[in-house]
Amino acid sequence: MAQADPLLFWRMNGISKHYGGVRALENVGLTVERGRIHAVLGENGAGKSTLIKIMSGVVQPDSGSTELEGRPVRFASPGEAMLAGVVAIFQELSLVPDLTIAENICAPEPPRRFGLIDRRAQRRRAEELLARVHCEDLHPDEIVRNLPLSRRQMIEIARALGRSPKLLILDEATSALTAVDVERIYGILDRLRKDGLAIVFISHRLREITTFADDCSVFRNGRRVDTFAKGSKTDAEIVKLMIGRDYNDVFPAKSARAGAAAPLLEVANLNWGDRLAGIGLVVRKGEIVGLGGLDGQGQRELLLALFGVLRGVDASIKVRGKRTRINSPHQAKRRSVGMALIPEDRKTEGLVLPLSVRDNISLAAVDRFARGGLIRTRAEIEAVKGAFQTLSIQARGADVPVGTLSGGNQQKVVIAKWLLTDADLILLNDPTRGIDVGTKQEIYKLLRNLAEAGKGALFYSTDYAELIGCCDRVVILFEGRIVRELAGDELTEQKILSAAFNLPDEEKAACAAVH
Amino acid sequence: MRSGSLKGVRLWFARNNGALFALVLFIAMFALYVAKNGVGVRTGLITAVANKGVLLALVAMAQTLPILTSGLDLSVGMIFVLTNCIASTILSGPPWLVAAGVAAVLLSGVICGAINGALVVYGRLQPIIATLATGAVYNGLALLVRPVPGGSIEPTFAAVLTTQIFDVVPTTLVILLAVVLAIWLPFQLSTTGRGCYAIGSSESAAYMTGIAVRRSRLAAYMFAGLLAAIGGLLLTAMTLSGDASAVSGGIYTLSSIAAVVIGGTSLMGGVGGAVGSIFGAFVLREVSDLLFVFDIQPLVQPFIQGLILLGAVSLGALRVLRARSRLEFLGVGR
Repeated sequence: MAQADPLLFWRMNGISKHYGGVRALENVGLTVERGRIHAVLGENGAGKSTLIKIMSGVVQPDSGSTELEGRPVRFASPGEAMLAGVVAIFQELSLVPDLTIAENICAPEPPRRFGLIDRRAQRRRAEELLARVHCEDLHPDEIVRNLPLSRRQMIEIARALGRSPKLLILDEATSALTAVDVERIYGILDRLRKDGLAIVFISHRLREITTFADDCSVFRNGRRVDTFAKGSKTDAEIVKLMIGRDYNDVFPAKSARAGAAAPLLEVANLNWGDRLAGIGLVVRKGEIVGLGGLDGQGQRELLLALFGVLRGVDASIKVRGKRTRINSPHQAKRRSVGMALIPEDRKTEGLVLPLSVRDNISLAAVDRFARGGLIRTRAEIEAVKGAFQTLSIQARGADVPVGTLSGGNQQKVVIAKWLLTDADLILLNDPTRGIDVGTKQEIYKLLRNLAEAGKGALFYSTDYAELIGCCDRVVILFEGRIVRELAGDELTEQKILSAAFNLPDEEKAACAAVH
Repeated sequence: MRSGSLKGVRLWFARNNGALFALVLFIAMFALYVAKNGVGVRTGLITAVANKGVLLALVAMAQTLPILTSGLDLSVGMIFVLTNCIASTILSGPPWLVAAGVAAVLLSGVICGAINGALVVYGRLQPIIATLATGAVYNGLALLVRPVPGGSIEPTFAAVLTTQIFDVVPTTLVILLAVVLAIWLPFQLSTTGRGCYAIGSSESAAYMTGIAVRRSRLAAYMFAGLLAAIGGLLLTAMTLSGDASAVSGGIYTLSSIAAVVIGGTSLMGGVGGAVGSIFGAFVLREVSDLLFVFDIQPLVQPFIQGLILLGAVSLGALRVLRARSRLEFLGVGR
């Protein structure tokens, strides 16, 4: 039956992919037809990106089969996929920044004469393709690095068209675009659909995609939970499909008195380039404030800006009511500020993997054990022992290299390290990504205990259930701005999700989802 | 074309401002040298300046390629010395034998480069470590080939390479121009060369674009070996001998990096070109001439040259001033 369908272009069956111990995709099947636009929807971490990485040969599946026009295929690299007509445009742009527009558009197979690249033909071809995406104003000799994100995205699309694709995959290809450009893209895609191209489209602009696509597939936790034709489900129903499992018992009870205490951190009008705009927020003593929204809306940058990692941050920041400037993590750590940042990637920014667990735990607070420049080992050992117990780190002792610990325990070491600095304000950058539920639960409990002890936390998580269960308040970021603040009863998945998609009428969506 | 042709010219200048800066700097320094020297521009003077500059220019061109891929080749100076030593033993006899010898010298340079490239690409070693080690090996080989300085070179062959064409243009400059036209420009205009720029600018983007990352990087080191070998050949013709000098190899390596930076190539990779490195090499050569005509004491000269080299390689750090995240200082990000 599959071979008989002349429209069927792509089929995958039983695809699974694990990264270390983390499941990204589990037994996923998907079919894509010619002349149709297939939208893929899902929360952060639902497996959408892994799916298209497999389709376009960037990663290889652990198991399962893929078929193109009825023939089994397996792409070892993006280059192979391209030759077969499968062209992907990725969320993280794949343009080479120091090459010109024309060079990027014509890579990897530029027009050649006598074996050498024909620059004139290359420029002409670039001009043609730029015209197809209505970007005639761009000069083909312009260096890509100097262009704003939205223009680069258009170049990326022009380049994809130049590879004469049969299956075009767009991963968040419109997220950086202006409304005018998005309209253009939709016009272009509509024409391609009529020409018989198969198109797979991932977007966070839920509203637009559900009217624009022909088919929609919803992913959740690495599985495809449903596929349906356009118009057969409401926005609210789709949002409901995307929402994950029940987490309620995992979280400790919230304290009642948050909201009245003295402010610990006050941020007003924080700007950073074109990535953060007019951010203002307050974290009080005893409060856990969540940072929500879709992945990549500026949450990470906000934490890095507060911690002094970014340059050119323009903001008014007060710590305990006093205006402060923080220009490096070293300054952020000072007692007068008392910040800690649990970073996103524990392997590169959190831990020194070859060093022992003890050395890692004491690394941030090592000056506390030093007298006259020398580290007093006894004090250090005592402090590390205390941290071991508070966090119940599972290890064969404090002397083993931290790299030998499991992911969850490594993350505990990172947290222990920053707790030892006795910071008052703890910034957390998605600290539970890729760790087991048991450890997550311990981290939630620990956070709540710290809050009870009068500390404050700013907690970015890509897991909405976590934001709801853990945080007293959640601010939602969209395109570098705070679009909504939710607290108390407002903290529901529907509200967070619709705010994250920046849907204007989240009330309606929430109501519709109830029945 | 559209109205953009004026813009095209402006963009060309923006892309090549590093090389143009080096060219202007060289012209200014050369003018100063000629004025101070007071003997006027004579063919002999030009030939002397050219011969000194061309050797470093070739080694600097060699260095440019690995740097464009955001690598580094610490063995270019040693390949230069090794090929010099090999050339000093085989370039004698009838013309056909000399021709075969030239081919053998160039081939040995390519092999040295291929070993470097293979270690970096397939051995996954850091370029700086891999080439530091192979550089020591090549120097050791040079000593085996030529334990004491000396050699016998076909005198007519050497004379042809070091005289002037029409009694005006130094042959070495013509050879340099030929190398640019016959090796560098085709390389830059090949998909492999384009791949080198792409890797240096963003390796992940290059890979995702379907560019042959390994082939390009391997080619960069092989061409570096070839260019260094051409330098070694010319050195042999000029000195009529070979000398397995680790010191001169080391100085050429360091100077080549400085010349590359002066010529506008980014040490981060992805930006620049070998033509700029040629100008950078001539600028560096002119420094020693100026020190000479301004009567700087010979004992102080190495110190001043060292400071200038340090200053030159520091140019590469200027780019960091534009970084927006302090993490980029550490060479992450970018």
